[in-house]
Amino acid sequence: MITSTVGPLTFSQIEPEAGLKAALAMPRADIIAEINKSSVKGRGGAGFPLGMKWNFAAAEQSAEKFVICNADEGEPGTFKDRVILTEFPDLVFEGMTIAGRAIGAKNGIVYLRAEYTYLRRQLEDTLAKRREQGLLGKNVLGRDGFDFDIRIQMGAGAYVCGEETALIESLEGFRGEPRNRPPFPVNTGYLGRPSTVNNVETLADAACILAKGADWFKSKGTEKSTGTKIFSVSGDCEKPGVYEFPLGISIAELLAAVGGAGAKAVQVGGASGICVPAAQFSRKIAFEDVPTGGSIIVFAPGRDMLQVAHNFLDFFVDESCGQCTPCRGGNAKMLEGAEKLREGTLTLAALDELKELAETMRIASKCGLGQTSSNAFMSIIENFGDEIMARALTQSEPARN
Amino acid sequence: MLITERDKLSSEIGALADRLGRTRSSLIPMLQEVKRTHHVIDSFTMQIVADALEIHPVEVHSVASFYAFLGTEKQGEFVVRLCRTISCDLADKDAVARQLQTNLGIGFGSTTADGKFTLEWANCMGMCDQGPALLVNDRVFTRVTPEKVHEILADCRRSFGVFAPEHKEEHLV
Ligand SMILES: Cc1cc2nc3c(=O)[nH]c(=O)nc-3n(C[C@H](O)[C@H](O)[C@H](O)COP(=O)(O)O)c2cc1C
Ligand code: SF4
Repeated sequence: MITSTVGPLTFSQIEPEAGLKAALAMPRADIIAEINKSSVKGRGGAGFPLGMKWNFAAAEQSAEKFVICNADEGEPGTFKDRVILTEFPDLVFEGMTIAGRAIGAKNGIVYLRAEYTYLRRQLEDTLAKRREQGLLGKNVLGRDGFDFDIRIQMGAGAYVCGEETALIESLEGFRGEPRNRPPFPVNTGYLGRPSTVNNVETLADAACILAKGADWFKSKGTEKSTGTKIFSVSGDCEKPGVYEFPLGISIAELLAAVGGAGAKAVQVGGASGICVPAAQFSRKIAFEDVPTGGSIIVFAPGRDMLQVAHNFLDFFVDESCGQCTPCRGGNAKMLEGAEKLREGTLTLAALDELKELAETMRIASKCGLGQTSSNAFMSIIENFGDEIMARALTQSEPARN
Repeated sequence: MLITERDKLSSEIGALADRLGRTRSSLIPMLQEVKRTHHVIDSFTMQIVADALEIHPVEVHSVASFYAFLGTEKQGEFVVRLCRTISCDLADKDAVARQLQTNLGIGFGSTTADGKFTLEWANCMGMCDQGPALLVNDRVFTRVTPEKVHEILADCRRSFGVFAPEHKEEHLV
């Protein structure tokens, strides 16, 4: 269930297939123009403008193109795509069909993470029903020459496969190792064909925008972060779960809504996001301030922030694809540093080196995993110095003598 | 492996390749299917899959070993995966972990001697608001307590309750 604080839940107010019908009634370019006008940005975390992405893919000349739905949802603390796929699968498939029409693709693929295998049967049933209703297949909704179908392919347990080029590698039957970009998937994607890779929620949003118009969508949110967003809230709060909030909501407002007032810190954006201390709870969750794919993890005053950092670093060491050195070696070094901090045996010189290493990882890693994996640890060091550095200061003295 | 078993596996893989298409994109779906029914992707399987797709067996190995839900080790009939990521960690996944280890008599990363259970850690499985979360094969269990662990494992052992279909599938194959 998704709890909405903006009135009735947006997704449940959309008339079924209204977006698809509207899209089929307009020229292809107008679909993208409407999306552009809405200024909707990708809901998967990176926040890339959807209209731009579709436009790039549409501009490519190719015999074949693909619409790919990223249902890999591996970011720690994120589970909203699971709920969207359970409660509004038609909206997601409708959004994919609209994308197919907009960019000129005949095939859609849902890349569903292995952990969500239990959702597959229900999704296949929904697809079958859509085929029966003429919403998929040849001449969608009787529209001559517009053929579109969707298949589901399962992931096999790798967080990095949520990265769009690793996802494509995985779809093609390879190890999930991210590619260099450029070329971007919109130019050279699945099987070398132009492909748009979009998050589950982004695709559902696209269907809503076509159904109700860009102006309606823009009436919520901020100027740079339009619309509402679905959040996954977990950790130390009274009412964890999936919520709809307008973008631009402050962390304090969000905490009040989920029963998390009094928290000591909030991790925004999952393990690859940043850790915001209580002093900064007036900051806004939006692409221009604290960006997020929707993961909110709340920490109560009693929590050991070093344990949090340690848990995240464990995760990254495990999930790094190992392709490039800054990430493969860097995350291991970070974890080692966190362990030493815990034991109180990290010297201040070593701490400085870790900070430099974090910078190197940010600059030199090939994909977003290595570029962001040190963020949480660094923001915990910065904001919870008293809690963490004290151990380093007092304990490291003997080692120096 | 007996020769007749090998022949059977070969023809199974051949049929799978025909159904999914003999292209590289079918590699992971093929391996998933073999893993699901046989609980292992061994070197013989890798060779046959490679032949079917006309690639080198090393390619198959490199893919199988990359993914946490594939791998090349023999696993139990029931793969039990406990989420260790932050929210489940905060919800005291450690108590569940201790109970699992005690009940099964094995550590994480191992398989019981009778080949029934494999115990593994998993990274975030998207049940963060209902932790600690546990996957047994494809089934998810939430708000797991040490007591519940006992029930879940007992149901697996007897192939009972929600696991009854699992048992049937095993014998149909
Ligand atoms: C390591 C890593 C993991 C990612 N995981 C996901 C994911 O699970 N789901 C997702 O939608 N995007 C994920 N992304 C972002 C994708 O690369 C891509 O930006 C996104 O699917 C684009 O869709 P959007 O524009 O609709 O957000 C991940 C990125 C990185 C670097
Ligand atoms: S940054 Fe990490 S995950 Fe990304 S390509 Fe490099 S090693 Fe792989």
